[in-house]
Amino acid sequence: MPPRAPADDNPRTTTLEAFADTIVPGEKRYPDDVAVAGAAEGGGAVQAGAIELLEWNATGVTEGLDDYARMLSDHARDYAAEHGLTLDESLPPFVALSFEHRTALVRRLTAPDHPEKPFWVLLTLFSNMAYDSAAHMSTAEAIAAGHPGLLAMGVARPDEDGLWRFPAHSYGRPLARLHPDTTPSGSPA
Amino acid sequence: MTSTERTDVLVVGSGFGGAIAAYHLAAGGARVVVLERGPWLGTQDFEHDFKLGSSYTRAFDFVVGDGMSVLGGNCVGGGSVVYFAAMPRAPRFIFERHGTIGRRMWPASVTRDTLDPWYDRVAESIPVTTQDWNDVTYAGGLWAAACDHSGRTANPVPVAIDNTKCVNCNWMMAGCRFDAKRSLLTNYLPAALAHGAQIRPLHEVQQIARNDDGSYRVHYDLIDEEDYRIRYDGGAIDAKIVVLAAGAGATPVILQRSEATLGAMPHAVGRYFSGNGERLNTAVLNEDRVREVLGLSRGDGLAYAANQIGKGPTVANWDRLDGSLPEFTRYSLEQLYFPPGLGTILAQVADAAPGESTWFGVKKKEMLRRWQSWLIIFQMIEDANEGVFGPPPAKGNADRVSQQMLGIGRLKYDPVESTLRAWAMADAEVKEILERDGLATVTAWTNDVIGAYTVHPLASCRIGDDPATSALDDRNELRGHPGIFVTDGSAVPGALTVNPAMTIAALAERAIPGIVRAAQERGVDVTYGAPAPDGGISARRGVADLLPSLTRR
Repeated sequence: MPPRAPADDNPRTTTLEAFADTIVPGEKRYPDDVAVAGAAEGGGAVQAGAIELLEWNATGVTEGLDDYARMLSDHARDYAAEHGLTLDESLPPFVALSFEHRTALVRRLTAPDHPEKPFWVLLTLFSNMAYDSAAHMSTAEAIAAGHPGLLAMGVARPDEDGLWRFPAHSYGRPLARLHPDTTPSGSPA
Repeated sequence: MTSTERTDVLVVGSGFGGAIAAYHLAAGGARVVVLERGPWLGTQDFEHDFKLGSSYTRAFDFVVGDGMSVLGGNCVGGGSVVYFAAMPRAPRFIFERHGTIGRRMWPASVTRDTLDPWYDRVAESIPVTTQDWNDVTYAGGLWAAACDHSGRTANPVPVAIDNTKCVNCNWMMAGCRFDAKRSLLTNYLPAALAHGAQIRPLHEVQQIARNDDGSYRVHYDLIDEEDYRIRYDGGAIDAKIVVLAAGAGATPVILQRSEATLGAMPHAVGRYFSGNGERLNTAVLNEDRVREVLGLSRGDGLAYAANQIGKGPTVANWDRLDGSLPEFTRYSLEQLYFPPGLGTILAQVADAAPGESTWFGVKKKEMLRRWQSWLIIFQMIEDANEGVFGPPPAKGNADRVSQQMLGIGRLKYDPVESTLRAWAMADAEVKEILERDGLATVTAWTNDVIGAYTVHPLASCRIGDDPATSALDDRNELRGHPGIFVTDGSAVPGALTVNPAMTIAALAERAIPGIVRAAQERGVDVTYGAPAPDGGISARRGVADLLPSLTRR
């Protein structure tokens, strides 16, 4: 996919991008990319379309994105204060955290004993889905368009009709002894 | 004044429990209406697509609970449309389990021997067939070879798949585009329709009330076909007999909500839920070692790299299905496929450093890069029926979050020590098999994110002999509510250590003679004795001797 221009510097968007990038990290889209931390090579959740997915009301989280961004900012400020960090005030608080600190905060928010855990788990699920299944796009089109997650995972291309078929699928030979008590129906005794 | 629609038999849900009841009762002469919450999709509707709104999310339901999340079907045909069609029978020792109640959990009348004739009926009706090594996929073959290499056995599992039509696309969870999977859309349901049963999709039953004449009034909402969060005014239908088969995640919720209009429910309604002891492990294979140690080659230069290829589970290890072992230490280990979308987020990296997450971040991304070399192993242990449903939501069985698929339910599941120990045993054994000689790196899926999870919810409204610990008598009738029967997975008393569809279906077949008798007593002109949906009669002969005990009152 072509690199996206640094057009959307809306604090809500960059905050959510920074969260998605913490779940599946990617390389910076452009040199002064502040949302994507650049912790990994290749595209991550952001390049895979996490914001497009979250902004689609089919997910059920779209209406809550203002809350997500605001609460993430609040948690980031608290986290920074707790750790004696000085945040760049020109950036949204969560965006201003380093990748390591973003990771530590997301781990805390999604830990089993955190009262807001289900709320944050939803955001992680959709961030990951943007990468591992391109849930905002037709899968065949996503592969054709070079979707970074599906390509990195090595998902095979479908046939021309958009359906997958694998004529070669079996080693085609016995590979273990059967359980001695197997019944004629093929079930355990 | 408008009159309420009337029918003889109202069936809630069209999965195994609903479809089998609908077929036999319609074939026997009863007027049957089936209300199904999900859409009615056909072969051409089944897409290979992860996009939200495709058949994958229309037909599937994912309900997050407290400590347990449940995956289930949500369409005409229910779980049979989205499942992986593994159809083993439950091992003999399962029927002798005590679980946590200090006595046999199953009714005295149900053993492997007395259930086998009903298994035979299902096997003939679906039909269910054995597989040979040519049907076994690369993933299944790899699992078999690894089991063999560690001195264990491995079995191709019996399935409800026509392997001559299967293209091994691994899209079974979105419905089969090639008519290879023998879902209920290919057998019981068309036969029920041919006998006059009506199936109404996008009808979600909310509540049941008792009428003065002893019949029941079933209230439903209509569900929007695209956005399941939107519901419309529905209606009500009066029926002499109600068969509840909404699935183990929904049947008890309907009954809980109906308590105000039906009267007190048996204690076990919404309790004793079992996730069938399920848990997943992910192995990331070292392709070179697969070739060197196991001698496997696909013939195209690759040893494995075939996670995407196949048809769900094809091979299981059953060495721990040994009745001489203590309860809670027996399990099967089955090769599985779990699609992206939900199938990667819970997999954990083996080498997370302090400060790193095991399930997201840089190393997780690296693990995803090797996705084609994943092999997923499915454990089915004996859990302790720990699940309890809280008070029902206002509508349905969950508060829907997304337009389809994702909702928040009321199930609470806190695994006890014996369950945790069994999972740990199974984790260790999978590791022992697949990490031997450097074949792979194995990790368990985390339970810390959405709790445990099951694709086979069971036992939330179960049969039994003890009224204190079972909601249904041994013929699936709801205690204290004559004329209401439950025939879905919620009737199964506990974890089975194998895929449960075959047992759910066999129990439903077994419940039919009693339902027919109850309908007759309520004045319905219906008889028992329909052949298999395709006309086959050999298995019908096999159950003839069992009928008297199932129709006594």
